[in-house]
Amino acid sequence: MNKRILLALVSGILFGLGLSLSQMVNPAKVLGFLDITGNWDPSLAFVMIGALAVAFVSFRWVLKRPAPILDDGFHVSRRRDIDKPLLLGAGLFGIGWGMTGYCPGPAVASLGLGTLEALVMVASIYAGFFAQKWFAERK
Amino acid sequence: MENFTPVSALTGGALIGISATLLLLFNGRMAGVSGIMNGVFNSPKSEARWRLAFLAGLVAGAVLFDLIAPGFFTARQGYPLGLLAAGGFLVGFGTRMSNGCTSGHGICGIANLSPRSLLATLTFMAGGIMTVYIIRHVLELPA
Repeated sequence: MNKRILLALVSGILFGLGLSLSQMVNPAKVLGFLDITGNWDPSLAFVMIGALAVAFVSFRWVLKRPAPILDDGFHVSRRRDIDKPLLLGAGLFGIGWGMTGYCPGPAVASLGLGTLEALVMVASIYAGFFAQKWFAERK
Repeated sequence: MENFTPVSALTGGALIGISATLLLLFNGRMAGVSGIMNGVFNSPKSEARWRLAFLAGLVAGAVLFDLIAPGFFTARQGYPLGLLAAGGFLVGFGTRMSNGCTSGHGICGIANLSPRSLLATLTFMAGGIMTVYIIRHVLELPA
């Protein structure tokens, strides 16, 4: 197996373990986190704190390198502009997240739990991708 | 607050941070799941492969965790499938339009000090909070 593919697999497994341990894959818990005026469960704020505590430090260190270990350059967005699609898209995503309790990572990981919810989520997320592509190309 | 689980959330978050670090250090890629999902069908074959491997890893990680700690949480039952399908569509549409989701903007982008990602994250958090408020406390749906 190609090293880059193996690395992506290992990274994905760690990510899936993290989503599971933190219960990001538990949509009821996600909705409990978003329900700040109800019986609020702030736990999932700690997922972001944990991930950012690592990534804030490690990304600084990694991006000092001239290139990653297995590629010629970093594939990192350098866009700094704030535009309407960014805000509108993020808003639509937030509405969908609040309707379901799933964002994309947990939806994919949940396929491993074999639930119908995961199948419906992943299929409809892809439907959204294709619709957006069609919509953007039409304009 | 009876379901408060800060330690497992923090540890799980750290694992996600380590995963994103590995992908950036070795492959030079951001661990943004919506972008990776989209790229499976919209990239040349060599590009699609590592993306598929990452997604397979996500699934395998959840399976592995379920083997280590079966019944760690109770799966939700009977959630309206129409609401899931409509919401999933918005998740897909919105994350493509804004080029990122919870992982790409919320973790990788913010760690990379991107103002776009910070603003996107604040926006989708606000969108999620408002939506749950409307569903649970205005419409009072059992969701």
